[in-house]
Amino acid sequence: MELVKTGMAGTVESGDILVEIEKQNASGVDIQLDSTVMGLYGRRIREVIQETVDSCGVTGIRVTASDKGALDCTIRARVKTALLRACDSQDYGWAVK
Amino acid sequence: MREKQRLRRTMMFIPGNNPGMMRDAHIYGSDSLMFDLEDSVSMAEKDAARMLVYQALKTIDYGKTELVVRINPLDTPYGRADIEAMVCAGAHVLRMPKTETAQDIIECEKVIEEMERKHHVPVGTTLMMAAIEGAMGVINAYQIATASQRLIGIALGAEDFCANMKCQRTTTGAELQLARQTIVLAARAAGIDALDTVYSDVNNEEQLLYEARLIKDLGFDGKSVINPRQIAPVHGVFAPTQKDIDKAKKIIAAIKEAEARGSGVISVNGKMVDRPVVIRAQRVIELALVSGVITAEEVEAL
Repeated sequence: MELVKTGMAGTVESGDILVEIEKQNASGVDIQLDSTVMGLYGRRIREVIQETVDSCGVTGIRVTASDKGALDCTIRARVKTALLRACDSQDYGWAVK
Repeated sequence: MREKQRLRRTMMFIPGNNPGMMRDAHIYGSDSLMFDLEDSVSMAEKDAARMLVYQALKTIDYGKTELVVRINPLDTPYGRADIEAMVCAGAHVLRMPKTETAQDIIECEKVIEEMERKHHVPVGTTLMMAAIEGAMGVINAYQIATASQRLIGIALGAEDFCANMKCQRTTTGAELQLARQTIVLAARAAGIDALDTVYSDVNNEEQLLYEARLIKDLGFDGKSVINPRQIAPVHGVFAPTQKDIDKAKKIIAAIKEAEARGSGVISVNGKMVDRPVVIRAQRVIELALVSGVITAEEVEAL
């Protein structure tokens, strides 16, 4: 998938995470994270964001995330939605497993 | 838990794009949860809600709660994607909104089957329910209720129904009387559940109780709720009274006694008990068990 614009998903309500994904010149994935539970779960949130981006095969992006205590499944959903929006893609990848 | 026949006293609506509500939804004890991808989600957020509900259903353990997803109609750009995502996510039941004819159910079932085959899910796994929300749907209620073996129930959606009928919701429910009776009649004739509409003023428990008693008396299996505070009052209405339980216990004891004697004739206090009475007694005991009024040990000891 190729980014064609900036993609956003989520909200700043409790239990959610607001994710913004944009292109950057450097390779790799730059994650800028702000979280209400940074001390306890900051590392885990970064891992989930990284895993989700990797599973879509996208690189050369910056992810800016503002977390309000989102579960892993919410983080995955918001990152994936922001990525698909940024790529103007409908390749949701629904699967049973 | 995916079961065609089960207890459905309450079905709580969860807006599909609200992860905070999704996280805690099952702790309040409603029999079913209904994740909404339709009216509570704006058009700009349909993709986000679908992805969120998909991820939540695949991840969160909702225990024995039935998991229903209200999808968008097939004549919108969202319906097919909703079905594919929810078949993959393992939703137990897909709720079709604004059902007007049996053909609506048949067309939806075709897409469900197509998605089950595509993703190697055994055909027939995904159950369905139909919401009837207009005059045409009420007129076709029986045809709708018998349009698919996957159907677990039909439900009344009163707000859209009243808009279609050019009437207002009233405290007596007079405007819904025929629709409710038609729906419950169709559901019973089809052997599936009848589920009532929401009552949306969460601060008016008195009116909620009035509606719950009314629909229970009409024969409905349960009511949709929009707030955890509405669950206990509705369950309270559906809980049997001590008098009902005592009578049911006698009947169940008589069944066991007849079985022990190898007799097919059941009698209580010298009177023969007909099969419909037995079925009602079994339902009373089932409701008393889930309402916590009696224990499984007590039933076992009868």
